Parts: sequence; C-alpha cells; structure tokens
Amino acid sequence: MALAATALHIHLYEGPDAVPLSADERFATLTALLERGYTVARTSSTSPSEGRSVTFARSGQGARDITGLTPTQVADLAETARTELDAATHGGWKPWFPVIDYDRCTNCMQCLSFCLFGVYGVDGDSRIQVQNQDNCKTNCPACSRVCPEAAIMFPKYKSGPINGDLVSDADLSREKMKVDISALLGGDVYEMLRLRSQKAQSRFGKERDSDKALAERQKCLVKLAQAGDIPVEVLMSLPSPDEIARRAEEAKAKAAAALAANGKSSA
Amino acid sequence: MPEPKLLYCHCQYAQVVPRETKEAVLRSLCEAGVDFEAVADLCEMAARKDPALARLSACGALKIAACFPRAVKGLFHQAGSDLAIESTEVLNMRTESAEQVAERALAPDLQPNVPAGKETIQIPTPA
Repeated sequence: MALAATALHIHLYEGPDAVPLSADERFATLTALLERGYTVARTSSTSPSEGRSVTFARSGQGARDITGLTPTQVADLAETARTELDAATHGGWKPWFPVIDYDRCTNCMQCLSFCLFGVYGVDGDSRIQVQNQDNCKTNCPACSRVCPEAAIMFPKYKSGPINGDLVSDADLSREKMKVDISALLGGDVYEMLRLRSQKAQSRFGKERDSDKALAERQKCLVKLAQAGDIPVEVLMSLPSPDEIARRAEEAKAKAAAALAANGKSSA
Repeated sequence: MPEPKLLYCHCQYAQVVPRETKEAVLRSLCEAGVDFEAVADLCEMAARKDPALARLSACGALKIAACFPRAVKGLFHQAGSDLAIESTEVLNMRTESAEQVAERALAPDLQPNVPAGKETIQIPTPA
C-alpha cells in the first residue's frame, strides 16, 4: 500500500558554511517543495533526521548543492533524490479520513456499524480506531453524522464541528436530529436502502417497470445524499443492494462483537 | 522551557485554509530567518504515521500553524504521537488572520491551547 512508504524529508541547510538564501528565494523554494508534497526543515544547524532524508544547501559541506538553481529545479532535484532513496510519492491520494476525538468518543460503535467500507475496526482492547483510512470515500463525512457525540472529525471538511472546530450543545442537538432524519428514512440508512430496493424489486418485478425502479433508487439516494452530505458519486458507486446488505451485516457483527467485549449491548 | 519549535502545515491537498493566509504565514517565517519545519500536509503525514511527528511531539515546546487545535491533537494521536498538552500551541490558519498567526508563531512565549479533555460550548438560545 502506498501509504506505508516512508516520505522523503528535506533539510534546507543555511548554517555557517553555506550561503543563505534571500527571504524571497527561501519562500519560493519552500513553496515549490511543499507543492510537490515534500516535508522541509529550514535549518541553520545540523538537524536530526529520521527515515529517508536529504540535505540541500548552497555550498554546504556534505549537502546537495543548489547554488544557481531555480525553485523548480530544486524541486526537480528533490524528485531525483526521492527516486534514488525509494521514498514515497505524493499527491496520489487526498488525505481524507476520519479522525476520532477520544475525549468525546464513548466507544458506542455506531461508526463501525455504519461504515460499509471497513474504515473502522477495534484495537486489542476493543477500542474503536481508524484502521483503513485509505478505504474512506473522499469528501464523504457520513459517519461523523451518525456519531452522537460529534467525536468524528474530518480536518479537511468545510464546516464545524466536523472540521475540528469546537462542539456546541446546539451541534449535539443537530447531530441527533440528523440521526433522527435517518431514522425517518428507515433507521439504518443502509438497511433503508436495502429494504426500499427489495420493495422496488418486488413491486416492479410484477409491473416489469425498470424505469420506475431506477427512479425509486435514485430518489432514495438523493435523500441519503441530503441527509448525510454524502457526495452523490459515493452513493452512486455503492455496490448492489445484496452486497450492501452483506457488508452492513458484517459491520454490525463487528460492532456487536466489540460491544460485547466491552460489556455493552448493541440494542 | 526550551525555545518553541515551529511547525507549519501547507494543507496542500485541500482548499480549506485560505491560500493567501498560508502564503503570508510562510512568507513571514521565511522573512524572519528562523529555523522551522514545513510539511506539505499534516493529514498525509499522520496517515503515514511519519516518524517526524513523534520527534516533534516530544520536542518540549511546539507551535503548530495549521488548523483547529482539536483536529491537530486528533491527527497526532492517530499517528501514535500524542501532543504534550502543556507545551503545545496550535495556530489556526482557518480562522485567524495571517498577521495573528505569524505574530504568535514568532513570539518567544508559548500559550498552550490544545484541549485537555471534552469541551462543549454552550450557545444561549434566544428568549
């Protein structure tokens, strides 16, 4: 998996034995490197390094010389070093994943039960944790909407408290209301999706009106998208109703097992 | 307490931090001529469990120019590198001006502001 690879760290050395960059050059060079995804330490002394790292400097001893290079050329040099050191590539994945606020989390497992994509799991102490963050669907904050404590954050979300802003009592009421909305739609949204699909299959199996069945499913998806701020493309990429049902059962079973281990009931 | 280390997040893979804010903060750090670490995206680093996060969280005093303190605390925790609550100040480039962030980043003192526990603010309901 790409995420497991170690990232390249760059030291931009401007110590006594190197020619310093001007403020403008420093800004332009750092910007060029950051926009390619690199981590950069601007340093005037020898720095601790971890993992794969490389030092750039103007005439610095033991460093890769960047004298006369433009910011773009420095970034190209970083790319060469990255390849040589077999460090991670950047930019292939938008880092979108849930971050749990353990000060708020009550370990109720609703997120584990809700997520169809195996993002959540439990640790050895049956404590909820994010296990497969790159399974998360980009821009989908749906699991944070089912959390009764507003304990699930997506730092890149547009608004609070999901983005990590302070949680207010009004937010908690609003979160509960959103769960109520899903309850109106059939309790568990995935269960609702499955049931509505079954009803549609049964009804339209007789009527043989596939257009109506499709319209029904689309109507259902629009409701889900609005209730959970779920990107339509995420909903449209959901597997078949049978597969949804299978995954939902699997997720519920995991949550029930974790709750049982914690001495709680899933009812 | 040692002089605080500075960490700047460029939030490269989203547009939630105003571009002009992060550029102005980065420019201020560059103009000040101080040592600092700049990361393309703290979320990506946390996802990778980058070992640099463990070193930074244990450095003694840390100022982080990024986003909401609650989110930053969660990211470090998820990376297995808990922040020291008493010696970390998070400067929020989503809500504060570039001038405010740069001023606090370059100030010699540290004002810890990472939430120590569960906080829920009360919003008075209109009568």
